[in-house]
Amino acid sequence: MSSAVPQDEQIGRGPTAWHSEAMRRRVRRRYARERRFRALGLLALTIAAGFLAFLLITIVSDGWRGFQRAEVAVEVDFDPARLGLSEADLQGPNAQAMLNRANFRALVRDAASEQYGSATMLSNGAWLSVRDEVRGDPELLGQTKRLWLVAAPYVDLLAKGHIDFDMPPERRGVSAEQISDYRQLRSADAVRLGFNSGFLRKANSTNSELAGVWGAFVGSVLTILVTLAISFPIGVMTAIYLEEYAPKNRVTDIIEVSINNLAAVPSIIFGLLGLAVFLNFFGMPRSAPVVGGLTLALMTLPVIVISARVALQSVPPSIKDAALGIGASRLQVITHHVLPVALPGILTGTIIGISRALGETAPLLLIGMRAFVSDIPGGVTQPATVLPVQIFLWSDEVGRGFVEKTSAAIMVLLAVLLAMNGVAIYLRNKFERRW
Amino acid sequence: MAEAPEETVVHDELKFANDSKMTARDVSVYYGAKKAVDRVSIDVDSHFVTAFIGPSGCGKSTFLRCFNRMNDTIDIARVEGDIQLDGENIYDTRMDVVQLRARVGMVFQKPNPFPKSIYENIAYGPRIHGIADSKSDMDRIVETSLTRAGLWNEVKDRLDESGTALSGGQQQRLCIARAIAVDPEVILMDEPCSALDPIATAKVEELIDELRGRYAIVIVTHNMQQAARVSQRTAFFHLGNLVEYGPTEEIFTNPRADRTRDYITGRFG
Amino acid sequence: MSLGGFALVVLVLAIASYAAARMRAAAFGRADGARLHSRPVYHGTWAFVLALLPALLLVSVWSIIGGNIVASQTLAQLPEAARPAAGIARETFLGELRAVVDGTIAAAFDPNVAAAVPIYRQTQSQWTLLIGGLAILLALIGGGYAWMHSKADFRARTNVERIATILLAVASLVAILTTFGIVLSLLYESLEFFSRVSPLEFIFGTHWSPQTAIRSDQVGSTGAFGAVPLFWGTIFIGAVIAMLVAIPLGLMSAIYLTQYARPGARKVLKPLLEILAGVPTVVYGYFAALTVAPAVRDFAMSIGIAGASSESALAAGSVMGIMIIPFISSMADDSLSAVPGAMRDGSLAMGATPSETIKRVLVPAALPGIVGGVLLAVSRAIGETMIVVMAAGQAANLTANPLESVTTVTAQIVQLLTGDQEFDSAKTLSAFALGLVLFIVTLLLNIYALAVVKRYREAYE
Repeated sequence: MSSAVPQDEQIGRGPTAWHSEAMRRRVRRRYARERRFRALGLLALTIAAGFLAFLLITIVSDGWRGFQRAEVAVEVDFDPARLGLSEADLQGPNAQAMLNRANFRALVRDAASEQYGSATMLSNGAWLSVRDEVRGDPELLGQTKRLWLVAAPYVDLLAKGHIDFDMPPERRGVSAEQISDYRQLRSADAVRLGFNSGFLRKANSTNSELAGVWGAFVGSVLTILVTLAISFPIGVMTAIYLEEYAPKNRVTDIIEVSINNLAAVPSIIFGLLGLAVFLNFFGMPRSAPVVGGLTLALMTLPVIVISARVALQSVPPSIKDAALGIGASRLQVITHHVLPVALPGILTGTIIGISRALGETAPLLLIGMRAFVSDIPGGVTQPATVLPVQIFLWSDEVGRGFVEKTSAAIMVLLAVLLAMNGVAIYLRNKFERRW
Repeated sequence: MAEAPEETVVHDELKFANDSKMTARDVSVYYGAKKAVDRVSIDVDSHFVTAFIGPSGCGKSTFLRCFNRMNDTIDIARVEGDIQLDGENIYDTRMDVVQLRARVGMVFQKPNPFPKSIYENIAYGPRIHGIADSKSDMDRIVETSLTRAGLWNEVKDRLDESGTALSGGQQQRLCIARAIAVDPEVILMDEPCSALDPIATAKVEELIDELRGRYAIVIVTHNMQQAARVSQRTAFFHLGNLVEYGPTEEIFTNPRADRTRDYITGRFG
Repeated sequence: MSLGGFALVVLVLAIASYAAARMRAAAFGRADGARLHSRPVYHGTWAFVLALLPALLLVSVWSIIGGNIVASQTLAQLPEAARPAAGIARETFLGELRAVVDGTIAAAFDPNVAAAVPIYRQTQSQWTLLIGGLAILLALIGGGYAWMHSKADFRARTNVERIATILLAVASLVAILTTFGIVLSLLYESLEFFSRVSPLEFIFGTHWSPQTAIRSDQVGSTGAFGAVPLFWGTIFIGAVIAMLVAIPLGLMSAIYLTQYARPGARKVLKPLLEILAGVPTVVYGYFAALTVAPAVRDFAMSIGIAGASSESALAAGSVMGIMIIPFISSMADDSLSAVPGAMRDGSLAMGATPSETIKRVLVPAALPGIVGGVLLAVSRAIGETMIVVMAAGQAANLTANPLESVTTVTAQIVQLLTGDQEFDSAKTLSAFALGLVLFIVTLLLNIYALAVVKRYREAYE
């Protein structure tokens, strides 16, 4: 070996002066940089976490008001004559039809006018709950009862303190008359904030105070059931085929490439596919959960396949070998030994895929699930909307009352997603095995 | 471990050494609750190569990593006792770990060149420590380090190539050159040849011999022949204890502790 | 009887075949004392499969294509005058017709529809009878065949397993079918579009205003389809602004999580990022539109920029960037973790501080993986829809000013395909052309990025 360097020559310029002042300063600077860098990392995380907190706080602080509504007390005289209803009508077989025909709208309007001079403080749909009262208790006919009825949007705004009295009157959104009406109601103790039960029980409405998320929720459930019914079996079967059966050939390669690419295709492309194929080519109904479910199923399929494959791969080959060794057939090995072990992993992946589908909006807009649906859908072929789309639709509404409804609907959606992820985490922890 | 450790046998020649570069006193290392090194005291002489030998799991590598505080990077590791470099306690709060590691370099079991060019691999240390003043200064450091590591003639025409493209033996010598580049006082080598073939091993051993005297070198090895070939001082570790420490020749020809004799003659390990 | 009723009968027949074949096989086993090749349950399953599958196939094919056949036959039977024109009128007509037939609405508004209802019902029931009868026949043949052929040495299990394998293989073809479905439908509609608008104008034109007029004599009725402003808007929001937010934040988060955070802190912080990834995009969009966009506008006003738009590229892009953080962070996390620990030790042992080690050794070593991850993130950002629909606006501006409103490919697709539209107008078809471009670009980005990541992983294995 050629060590031509003389023994006494040091690297550079003699021994490094570690204790020199210059070197000390340098080290201090390096440590300062180190601290700054570390702080930057923490800052990045804090920004991300802070944004999440800000988002949640904004939504909850807006949204909790959506679960409340202003109600006005009205003495309602259930006068059979005015309603055109008799006790006998309600006992008879056509009770429903008779009830529907009775003029509750006028009854309520007149009752409010008698007490407060007008009926503007009541919601257009306030009479619906009066009819429900009678339906629930026919005895009420002929009696007088003080009922808390849904108030008009301006009462809602005033009661919730959304109106800024410092604003010039023309920009306030409520007129001086309305304010004095409201004050009058207040002083009569005839207005209160109650739990908005209709929000969780009703479907969409053009009146913000009557709109509910239940219709969209049912639409979401129907859609997701279709998605699950299609993507889960097909996804698991595909995964089993690819992991346990597929020969190494061109077709298998194409399947693998297709799945990997589908996983990365933007969701809106699936909407275009649904529009072109399901609606236009097969003539399936617009706005229906069955089409939405199919579309989302195709989108979810790759997620399920990929996670199911990972779960199947994690089953140790020793188990398979043991079962094969005692003469089990390939199908028996899979159904008796491999699937039970892999199932928690498959389910976790499925829940993750499904919860993504549940929050998906864009593809459903394209297949018409943005229609205004005021009924609770009764089946997968009836027009429906879903929670995320409902949020999107409400966010576009001009009515001031829809702002808190939108946030409240987001709270419902997030709660559902949180619950699903909780189940996924529970499954993962409960069945986690270490080999 | 409640009972006192067995007495370490220290040969007389080493008992009164006053030329120690580094001294360790009652050093214990814990991994969580497990005690990996138990109250070890040793002096490292600056003019010799010191070898730590012993069966795997005896704590020799763990102990070596205390000398430049690499155990700090392991969350669960805890070090007790006192280690001094030129009379300064390296675990003192005033001791700067960054400078310490520049003064006490380390070469690892598996060659770990950075995925950068050969030149940048060598320049890395001087650059972060601010040792070089100019480009020409840096060029000289790179050339000197590579020359000392016996690699200059092999790589001088391809300094821009990636360090990872070299052969295993060359990579390890590159790592030694990289350690040399910051002008350390001590070089710790953790089984530097265990991933190399015999020819590359011979080259690295030759290199260690050439570096002797300029740097205090501590080498951990499980290969007794290697310890016999390259070192002048040998410490035998067993189950976290330092069993015997003496001149290499003595340890291999006339071990005084029973356990050392058993290990040398191949009864266990 | 409805189709569902026939399907039920088929199912009952299949179950009966199962029971019959199973009992017959069991009887063989007892009577002859011969060894059965397969257990009786497999004989039964084989019969079940033979009885059910062909019939089920027929019924499901019919339920997919049947609606169209019945509809067109119904229309053909209507007098010429009562027949709706093609396109949207036909859609509406059929929609109303089906609603009446299903009982969703009580009565038809359009008298022509009312006239068509009985014809539709009759056509439908004729077809249902035919298909249902055929299905039952198939089930009988299948079950009978299996019953007749069952004997002691019949390899029922092998056959059942073969069927199972075929079913699994068929299931895996769905992925291919979906891919083909996407490609074909996008291509078909796009070609239709390009037969009206020159591809060159579409790709290089800088003026986008697809609002084809309702009356043909209206000004601007032709519509302009130069998509450059859309492409620019997409890149500006998804690949520039969003990445300016997401790359530093995501990368630094990953660095902190992998290199600095204690295991306990990591356990808390990592799920936090995952929550950020799990928030539906419509929620981000709402937040961008309602909170961030007005804040951006007010800020712009306060620093003296008059006429700042309430829908801005900055608002949409920055919220999208936040949404992408977890994605970049987890990709960077994977890449950093893949760098061998020896590199880190080597650098620390040289006396480098952790940040020097990260900046000079770990990040450069992990760079290919990180770049691959960023490309995947870009592909995800440009395909993101709801945030831009809600916060970026619809104005096709060709501007580099982040405070102005721009629009993107995805926002335009939604804009063009929602609301009332004629189905085969150039305006509607252009959405598919945009979809095709989006599909191709995201596909190429993904293939390239995955190749980069894969090569990087292999380098350290």
